[in-house]
Amino acid sequence: MKGRDLAELAVRNLREAILRNSLTTLGVAVGVASLVAMLSLGVGLQTLASQRLTKSGLFDAVFVTSRGMRMSGPPQENSAAREDYKPLDAQARAAFATLQNVVEVYPQVRFLTEVRYAGNTYSTNVLGLPESSRTMSAFDGITGKYFSSPAADEAILQMDFAKQLSQSPLSLVGQELTLRYAERHTASPEEIAKEKDIDAQLDEMMSGGISIVSREKKLRVVGITESDPSAGIGGFGGGRVFVPLQVAEQLHPAQANDVQEFVRGGGSGKSSYGALTVRVKSPKDVLRVEEAIKKMGFQTFSLLDATRSLRLVFTVFDLFLGLFGSLALTVASLGIINTLVMAILERRREIGVLKALGATDGDVRSLFFAEAGAMGLFGGIFGVLLGWLIGQALTLGTTIYLRRQDLPGVKISYVPWWLALTAVVFAVVVSLVAGLYPAGRAARLNPVEALRYE
Amino acid sequence: MTATSTLIHAENVSRHYRLGETLIPAVNDISLEIATGEFVALLGSSGSGKSTLLNLLAGLDRPTSGAIHFRGQNLLALAPEDLAHYRRDTVGMVFQSFNLLPRMTLQENVELPLRLAEIQRTERDGRVAQALDRVGLGARRNHRPSELSGGEQQRGALARALVNRPTILFADEPTGNLDSVTGEQILVLLGEIQAALGMTIVMVTHERPLAERFANRIVTLQDGRLVGDGTRGLQAHENRATENTERVR
Repeated sequence: MKGRDLAELAVRNLREAILRNSLTTLGVAVGVASLVAMLSLGVGLQTLASQRLTKSGLFDAVFVTSRGMRMSGPPQENSAAREDYKPLDAQARAAFATLQNVVEVYPQVRFLTEVRYAGNTYSTNVLGLPESSRTMSAFDGITGKYFSSPAADEAILQMDFAKQLSQSPLSLVGQELTLRYAERHTASPEEIAKEKDIDAQLDEMMSGGISIVSREKKLRVVGITESDPSAGIGGFGGGRVFVPLQVAEQLHPAQANDVQEFVRGGGSGKSSYGALTVRVKSPKDVLRVEEAIKKMGFQTFSLLDATRSLRLVFTVFDLFLGLFGSLALTVASLGIINTLVMAILERRREIGVLKALGATDGDVRSLFFAEAGAMGLFGGIFGVLLGWLIGQALTLGTTIYLRRQDLPGVKISYVPWWLALTAVVFAVVVSLVAGLYPAGRAARLNPVEALRYE
Repeated sequence: MTATSTLIHAENVSRHYRLGETLIPAVNDISLEIATGEFVALLGSSGSGKSTLLNLLAGLDRPTSGAIHFRGQNLLALAPEDLAHYRRDTVGMVFQSFNLLPRMTLQENVELPLRLAEIQRTERDGRVAQALDRVGLGARRNHRPSELSGGEQQRGALARALVNRPTILFADEPTGNLDSVTGEQILVLLGEIQAALGMTIVMVTHERPLAERFANRIVTLQDGRLVGDGTRGLQAHENRATENTERVR
């Protein structure tokens, strides 16, 4: 029998015992729905976690330091490391920026400062923020706003620090404060030559042309952030006053690595960075960019391994949820077996007639298979819709709960197209497997005995 | 009867059923030759083995021993699928209880053998209409079996048996569930079809008068054995068929 005829007969047979077949199909749908709801929860939570982590700026970044220099602690002393040494300077920064899939390259500009406000002086750290941090989750709960432009003379304060400055910290937004900081001044040979005092000239030559000058900078407070954006590796560690990176760089503040660089560079006086953060388009680009930077002679670090572990955890989680969800589908498959076995009993005579008219065992088997498959297909499609609805209801419930706790709503359930498709295919396969026994039994029926059946 | 005109040949056919420890010989060592164009009545009382023999000849069942040759081809040697194709392409079946599928309309019931034979859809409608017209049910094509009388159902079953243009028609007590007038009408119809298409018909019946009136050969069975085989001759049979038609009209 041709496929189309088979499908027509199967659908016609299913329509005839509409109540029983609908209930069986509903059983499949509930099974698929539970599977889809469970997995959509897994996928949704994974997506949520991965979005949050990506937004944190930890997983799409490569942290670069000079070879022989560790993220912290003293530089290595061996001579080999000294020969390998490549300065992490403006040239290197430009080279990183040209690499494929690199979005942004920026240094960590962090320096000690004294903040003067309302006649009082407070000692703290200032941190330069790259433009990309505008979209990061650390600034989700900001009071006020983010910097108006990458070069604006504006500051964002960390709440704890703002509380030190004022008893009503939120009133600080719009106020002006003054930073006192140490500027690193690099004198050119001509400037040294112009120095009239021979002792000062000798000092500058000996120091490689670096001097420290005290400066002041007025900044307007535009925002106060509740959370601590300096948490974690590669976060904006140690900063309590945040300024646009471009502004921070223009200040040329003296940083902890200046002395280190002076020792390494043999007093060349050339400016270099303690570390650079290379931000890539997506976490999957991290590995390739990291390799490229390593080849250029620098030391790198990323949290890719942590992402891998996270993926493993979620895979196990999904597997667990999937197994749990499959239980309902297994029960539903028993329903299919029951329905089809009942159908064989009821349609015994019909099977006999079909065989008398020339249907082969294969035709009869295919017909029962087609009926099982159709129940699986309809149940699968309906189940995916039902599962999606359950997911939406879970998301809605969670959002309402979170809003009551003054937290932003999240989408905890997500049904990607591959999940919907796999669920329908899975439902059809399970139904066909469930149809194996009844279809085989129907095919083996002796036509004479079947025709005798009343 | 010449060897070349033999359509089907049963040779020492037996069919035994096991019921617990007892072996029941439903058909016991029967040999029978049926020629093309014959209208054979298998006559006998209940349990004589006539329906069993019909099922064996129709390829619905396989003999315990012996052989059944259809145009020289031993049915026993056929694989199950080939035997199903024999039933589909060569045989037409009519049953006592009509056996139209109750869920389907008459049109769909008659179309069923064409679906099984994978006949093109474009060809099917015409063939179904032709078969239904032949049995006088062209106007009832969209009715379900439950909406038809017994005689109409049997005519519908006959249309279904004929739609695939079989070589041989097997009818198992085709009048058993009908009143005598309707039963006669069905047999007249069978006779007309046989005359028009030159078809071979094998009919099981326990009513001797009907067998004598409509068949040109009566094979009598008793306790699974062949006890009589009488041929009336085709010419005499044709004359009788014309009489029957006029009588029913």
